[in-house]
Amino acid sequence: MRTRLQKWSLLLGATAVLALSLPSWAQLTKNDLETRMGVESHVGNITGHAKDAKADYRRYCVGCHGDLGDGNGEVATWLDPPLYPKPRDFQLGIFKCRSTPTGTLPTDQDLFDTIARGLDRSSMPQWSTFTKQQRADLVAWVKHFSPRWTNEKPGTPIQIPPEPEVTAERIKAGRDVFARVQCWKCHGVQGQANGPSAPTLQDDLGRPIAPFNFTDGTRPKCGDTDQDIYRIFMTGLDGTPMPSFADNIKPDEAWDLVFYLRTFMAQKSKEKEMAKQLALKPVDPNAPVAQQ
Amino acid sequence: MRNRYNFAVVLSLIVLVCCAALILSQNVNAAGEGKITGTVKLDGAAPHMKGIDMSKDPYCSKAHANDTPHLETYVTGANGGLENVVLYISDWSGSAQTSTVVPVFDQKNCMYTPHVLAMDVGQTFKVTTSDQTAHNIHPNPNPMTGNIPWNQSQPPGAPPVEKSWKATEFIEVKCNIHPWMHGWFAVVKGPYATTDANGSYTINNVPPGSYTVTAWQEAAGTMTQKVTVAAGAAATADFTFKAK
Repeated sequence: MRTRLQKWSLLLGATAVLALSLPSWAQLTKNDLETRMGVESHVGNITGHAKDAKADYRRYCVGCHGDLGDGNGEVATWLDPPLYPKPRDFQLGIFKCRSTPTGTLPTDQDLFDTIARGLDRSSMPQWSTFTKQQRADLVAWVKHFSPRWTNEKPGTPIQIPPEPEVTAERIKAGRDVFARVQCWKCHGVQGQANGPSAPTLQDDLGRPIAPFNFTDGTRPKCGDTDQDIYRIFMTGLDGTPMPSFADNIKPDEAWDLVFYLRTFMAQKSKEKEMAKQLALKPVDPNAPVAQQ
Repeated sequence: MRNRYNFAVVLSLIVLVCCAALILSQNVNAAGEGKITGTVKLDGAAPHMKGIDMSKDPYCSKAHANDTPHLETYVTGANGGLENVVLYISDWSGSAQTSTVVPVFDQKNCMYTPHVLAMDVGQTFKVTTSDQTAHNIHPNPNPMTGNIPWNQSQPPGAPPVEKSWKATEFIEVKCNIHPWMHGWFAVVKGPYATTDANGSYTINNVPPGSYTVTAWQEAAGTMTQKVTVAAGAAATADFTFKAK
């Protein structure tokens, strides 16, 4: 009797081990996450600890982002893209707002900035009410959802050269870059988000998504300083149709493009004034294609 | 108790001996490599492939002024030969190939050429553009496999993008600007081949031994077959898929 029992338990044990090892990259469970409570973040001289963010996450974030960080919180069902983008799946470790090249993890500082800034035109508010320590703890918490943070290092932030003086020449040169790399395919020739490809855009999970409309007074999702805009098109917004242009726009040209994009924006700016004086016309989508 | 220990010792010895034999046999036979060849067919008539309306981008529609582009989920040739099927050895235990070939994925006339690009884990491949319109090259793997998605623009005249993948996976590739553009990176381990317009293929550089050959088709799924490759000889494995 005893040996038969042993045989059965052995068989069961072996099956259990097999069954456990098979879905190793399937959905995470709460138990997996418990083992990653030690994750830290480093922002400036602040060290964030995942375990210290547990209460804040439960209180302020879980409704949208979900217990498992997969973006399936109770409220998420009611967010209807493209007007209200769904929360992202932290388990995939893919983030829009990064200072690092496309296909790499963002830095802790990037995630920290996103929490503080919020994401314009989405349900993610600014969390400037949190202390820096709380935000750093939440960064560590966000990281603990994805095994990518244990297997990979964040990318190296792209180098942004010092911002040059805005000139009429630079704005005109920026218009040439806009025409050459064909930003208008999605964003439209006047930045009104009405390019020929705009209506069919989808994010990586197949949900509808709208290109940024430069003219309606809203702010770019990943920040609205000149440096932020530079970063957006040189790193791409991973998980969305917005690609990285790092291989096709030189650093100096990138500043020209930033200045040209400013001319579309509703907000008053030096660039807008200059464009008016230059009487710049929108680019012609049917013009012969300029080569690099 | 003692019996059980004896059994464990014998078992581990057998495993070790087998491993050693396997490694030795591969080293010894490396010179007399064989190959696996065959034909992949589609059973019955090919499903209707929808025509693509490219009027949204005048460059693309002009490029197809004299033909109608179609979706490429099933591409069949003479006698039902099925193109774009990837064949590989799914129980390959050797290392990744040290091939110096760089597979090229070209964006031409607003389509991907080839529609399916097979490659080895870690093998460098190139994405080029022959078009005078902007594309973005956007593969969408599952990041949990170790393959990380990226998204790069390729305006007219852009330099090639060179990349490689870390893990085996069939990765969908898209262009968000031209939503009809759809292709695959088939990342496998070990020797591989892709069927030509007639559905024929040859996997070269296969050391003698018994293998499971797997045929992968993007919509029909996979089929497998056992083959034995003799030194310097060709083994045959033909497949017939049913359209889904």
